[in-house]
Amino acid sequence: LFQAKYKERGTVLAEDQLAQMSKQLDMFKTNLEEFASKHKQEIRKNPEFRVQFQDMCATIGVDPLASGKGFWSEMLGVGDFYYELGVQIIEVCLALKHRNGGLITLEELHQQVLKGRGKFAQDVSQDDLLRAIKKLKVLGNGFGIIPVGGTYLIQSVPAELNMDHTVVLQLAEKKGYVTVSEIRSSLKWETERAKQVLEHLLKEGMAWLDTQAAGEPQYWLPALFTELYSQEITPEEAKEAIP
Amino acid sequence: MDRFAWTSGLLELGETLVVQQRGVRLCDGEEKVKFDSGVLLLSTHRLIWRDQKNHECCIALPLSQIVFIEEQAAGIGKSAKIVVHLHPASSNKEPGPFQSSKYSYIKLSFKEHGQIEFYRRLSEEMTQRRWETMPTGRTIQVNKDPQAGRIRAVGIVGIERKLEEKRKETDKNISEAFEDLSKLMEKAKEMVELSKSIANKIKEKQGDITEDETIRFKSYLLSMGIANPVTRETYGSGTHYHMQLAKQLAGILQTPLEERGGIMSLTEVYCLVNRARGLELLSPEDLVNACKMLESLKLPLRLRIFDSGVMVIELQSHNEEEMVASALETVSEKGSLTADEFAKLVGMSVLLAKERLLLAEKMGHLCRDDSVEGLRFYPNLFMTQS
Repeated sequence: LFQAKYKERGTVLAEDQLAQMSKQLDMFKTNLEEFASKHKQEIRKNPEFRVQFQDMCATIGVDPLASGKGFWSEMLGVGDFYYELGVQIIEVCLALKHRNGGLITLEELHQQVLKGRGKFAQDVSQDDLLRAIKKLKVLGNGFGIIPVGGTYLIQSVPAELNMDHTVVLQLAEKKGYVTVSEIRSSLKWETERAKQVLEHLLKEGMAWLDTQAAGEPQYWLPALFTELYSQEITPEEAKEAIP
Repeated sequence: MDRFAWTSGLLELGETLVVQQRGVRLCDGEEKVKFDSGVLLLSTHRLIWRDQKNHECCIALPLSQIVFIEEQAAGIGKSAKIVVHLHPASSNKEPGPFQSSKYSYIKLSFKEHGQIEFYRRLSEEMTQRRWETMPTGRTIQVNKDPQAGRIRAVGIVGIERKLEEKRKETDKNISEAFEDLSKLMEKAKEMVELSKSIANKIKEKQGDITEDETIRFKSYLLSMGIANPVTRETYGSGTHYHMQLAKQLAGILQTPLEERGGIMSLTEVYCLVNRARGLELLSPEDLVNACKMLESLKLPLRLRIFDSGVMVIELQSHNEEEMVASALETVSEKGSLTADEFAKLVGMSVLLAKERLLLAEKMGHLCRDDSVEGLRFYPNLFMTQS
């Protein structure tokens, strides 16, 4: 009997709390509306402010981008900004995949996305791109972020890239290419291990082999070719992307 | 433009690169000059411009020459610009492309965007004035020309004052925004605490809480963007919203799926749906949560996850295993095919083509030849001819 009473009490408590939460939610919604009416523009126009906003949300354990149906998205419009960016990122990656095997530097992605958005669109920062990409991971298309040098490589294909591959990519970042000898001397690996990693990158289309280089063969990463930055996406490539 | 000097473009010892931007044109005041397409670099000490077509052509301007900077918004057919007002050139300046200029300012035209970031960084450097405290390999052209000092006091002070006011106003707006944001976050934090407490209660009473209450709670969490640790196992992350969404998707995607052979990757769906909506877009998580409910709601579509992690939406009537049989035929006809070749032949995306071939291999119909030249699939003769 005691246990039954205890459980009953428990149920009542939870109901109370749910009712309380519902009331507090309404209050919060009002606060958010007020905030939005004063500062919505700030979020749209100011990349710095967006970073602050995102960091604060993360600190308290809130994800403003989890759902388009969330208050943050509905009232501040943060959602639409990042979800649309997600679409643009997917399209650029798809269009350039045949050139770089599904690896692209954050810089190049940034340039191409800005071009696609046109002159009158809001500016987006690299931080914005990274946040949008983190959300895209859940779609299962293999989106990933690989730190190299002082920047990042963005992966957009479901190719398996483990620590070994990542480390070689980081090594290649300095010159855009890497050789077996460089891997052996910098990373202290055996030839076999170096070759395996390089062959995997070749197979995935992320690396190209230059057998005519003086000395030994060089493995180049198209993702790191800076000349590609200025090249437009061709109509054929654009068709490969989502209609 | 006569304040610029030729340079090698190499950074000095003690000089650090802050930001760079491609596609920048330089203008001498209102007039265009031949420096129309270059990379603009901002260091702690200088503004450097290098011609994109001819890397030898490189000019630089000490940051100490800058009086102040303004932004000029983009217009129809015009790129956004930064206007840089300069002190007169000092008499001992190194040789540069222009001996004289009738303007005391230059314009940086950002043909490939990037002006917002660049302006911000340049403003920062102008405030910090790191070139004064960080000595470099050679002497910086600090403008100590007394004549220049006098000119400065006369005309430019008024402009500087206005700029200072504008900066203060902007700063005030920003700090007000941050203050309001902090207060808002305090309230949001309370919500998070409350939801944790409720979640704990639910965990303790598993089985005693009604489905209705659980659904209510989940929708509250969804509104706040709070992750849902407890009820995910019992009823999934879906809410009424996601159920509605699933039904909507079934309607929207029927035709596109039929047009694409009955199967689409989730990224394709994401782009298609959001492009069509224009506003009130779906988050990636919304889409995934809705798709997870398709099967249980007995809708004519379903979510399928391949071994590679690739997620697709299929028509219920679509049978990937049957498609494998026809894929085998196609591969046999051609002897062997890579995913790219197969995709082109059949008119599918490369991603899905690869998945189909992998599935065929898993089912034992195809064999792979994995070399540096690519992944090629052959009919599995071990099966058929043994």
